[in-house]
Amino acid sequence: MSTDVLVCGAGRTPFGRSEASGRQLAVSAVNAALADAGIEWSRVRAAFGGSDSAGLADTLVAQLGLTGLPFVNVKNGCATGGSALVSAVNAIRSGMADVVLAVGFDKHPRGAFDPRPEDWGLGAEYGSDGLMVTTQFFGMKIQRYMHDHGITPLTLARVAEKAYRNGELTPEAWRRKPVSAGEILDSGMVSDPLTRFMFCSPGAGAAALVLCSPDVARTLDGPSVTLRSAAVRTRRYGSFEVFSPSIPGGELTSVSRDASAAAFEEAGIGPGDIDLCQLQDTESGAEVMHMAECGFCEDGEQERLIAAGATEIGGALPVNTDGGCIANGEPIGASGLRQVYEVVQQLRGRAGEHQVPGEPRVGFTHVYGAPGVSACTVLSR
Amino acid sequence: MDGALTAMTTPPRSPAAGLQGARCSGCSVALYPADVTCPRCGGAAQPLALHGEGTLWTWTVQRYAPKSPPYQEPPGGFRPFALGYVELVDGVRVAAVLDVDDLDDVRIGMPLTVTAGDGVPRARPNAPTGANSPREEGP
Repeated sequence: MSTDVLVCGAGRTPFGRSEASGRQLAVSAVNAALADAGIEWSRVRAAFGGSDSAGLADTLVAQLGLTGLPFVNVKNGCATGGSALVSAVNAIRSGMADVVLAVGFDKHPRGAFDPRPEDWGLGAEYGSDGLMVTTQFFGMKIQRYMHDHGITPLTLARVAEKAYRNGELTPEAWRRKPVSAGEILDSGMVSDPLTRFMFCSPGAGAAALVLCSPDVARTLDGPSVTLRSAAVRTRRYGSFEVFSPSIPGGELTSVSRDASAAAFEEAGIGPGDIDLCQLQDTESGAEVMHMAECGFCEDGEQERLIAAGATEIGGALPVNTDGGCIANGEPIGASGLRQVYEVVQQLRGRAGEHQVPGEPRVGFTHVYGAPGVSACTVLSR
Repeated sequence: MDGALTAMTTPPRSPAAGLQGARCSGCSVALYPADVTCPRCGGAAQPLALHGEGTLWTWTVQRYAPKSPPYQEPPGGFRPFALGYVELVDGVRVAAVLDVDDLDDVRIGMPLTVTAGDGVPRARPNAPTGANSPREEGP
C-alpha cells in the first residue's frame, strides 16, 4: 500500500460499431496510451488485460511486439477492466514491475448478450418462459427503488438526456445527438419503467492505461495522475442480481456499496472529497441508484439533485462527463478502463469540450456487472 | 446467492406440492429453490414447502417477445406479460410470472399467491378478479 502508483498514459478508441476487430481496437488503444505516456512498448515490464467476447489479450503481443513480458489474461465480466487495473497496481506495489499496461476491449454484435439458463445454473424453464432477459432485472430493481424513495420517470429521462448531451461533446462517444427528456420517455417501453433510450447498447471499443512507479514518472514529461486506490468486490448474501430465482428477504446488500467503501477507505478520503465521478449507467436507473450506493447522496435525494443540475458537467458533482455507457455503448471489457481514461483526462484538464470547469483535483470511477461484481477507483492529480 | 443460482440444476417442482424451498437449520433463512447448503452461512439446509402467499415486492412487464431460443412462444403467440418478485411470508422473495387480467392493475404490495407448475413459478391475485373469469385466461 505504501508505493504510489501513477497513471502516466491513457488511450481509448471511439466506441460504437466498428469494422475493426476487437483486437485491432485494443492495439490502437494501447499505442495511444503508450504515445500519451511517451513510453516505448519495450519499456513495459508487465501487462494485464482482457475482453468478454473479443479474444485473448495476451495474443496482442503479436502486434505490439514480442518483448517477452509477462501478460496475464483477465476475464471478469463487467469488472474485466477493473480487475486488470487492480492487478497492474499490485504488480507495481509488489516491485514486480515499474511500468505496467492495463487494457480492456470488446466487440459485441447488435443485440448481443444472449444468456443461456444452463450457463447460469438455472432450469430450462427460465429461458422457455421468457425470464432470461437482462432488461427485466434493471426494470425491477429501479421499480422498487422508485417506490421506496420517490424517484419519478422524469428523473430517469433526465439522466439519459444528460448522457446524450455529454456524448455530443465527446468525440469518441457513440451517441452524439441530443435527445430530449420527452423523446426519451416516448421512445417505447422496454421493461417498465425503463424505455428504449434509457438503455445503453452493446458495442465495440477499447481503452488502455499505462501505470508506473513514482521513480519512472519523474523521468516523463507528461502530467501523471495518482491512482489513490482500486478495489474489486463480489456480492455478499442479500444482494439483488440478474437471473435470480429468489432474493433473500430483509434489507438488500450492495456490492457497489462494498467496493466503493473499500476504495474510499484505501484512499483515505470520502465521497464528499470527489470533484467528478463515473458511475455504471447500464441504464438510467442504475446511475440514480449508484449515486446513493457509492455514497454520493442519501436514497431519494437524486430526485432533487438531478432536477437541479447537480450531476451536469457544470454541477456540484458531475457524473459521467463523457456520456457514460448510455452514450458510449457497452463493450464489456473496455468500459471500466474507459471510465478511468475519462477521469484521467479531466484531472489533467484535457477533456476538451466536456471539461469540468474549476480544475477538478479528485475523481472516482465505479463499474457494476453481473453476477454481482463491482470495481471502484479513486484518482487525484 | 451462488447456492441459490446453482441449485436450479435440480428442478424443484412437484406440481401438486407447491413451492419446494429449504430452510437453513443454522441461521433460519428460507431458500428458493431448495438447496442442501445455506448460501449465507454455509450450514445445512432442510427441505421446506413454502407458503405461497405473499405480496408483490417489485415487477416489470416484458413488452416484446424474448429471443427464441430459449424463449418458447405460448400457443396463440406472444402477449406482453408481467413478472416480479413476490415476498412470501416465509421471508424470501420469489421470481414469478404474474397472471393478472390487466397489466395496468399491477401494484407493489398487492396480495398474490405463488404456485409451482410446469414452468417457472406463477403468481395470481388472491381476491377473485371476476365472477366467472377463469384465471388461466389472464395475459
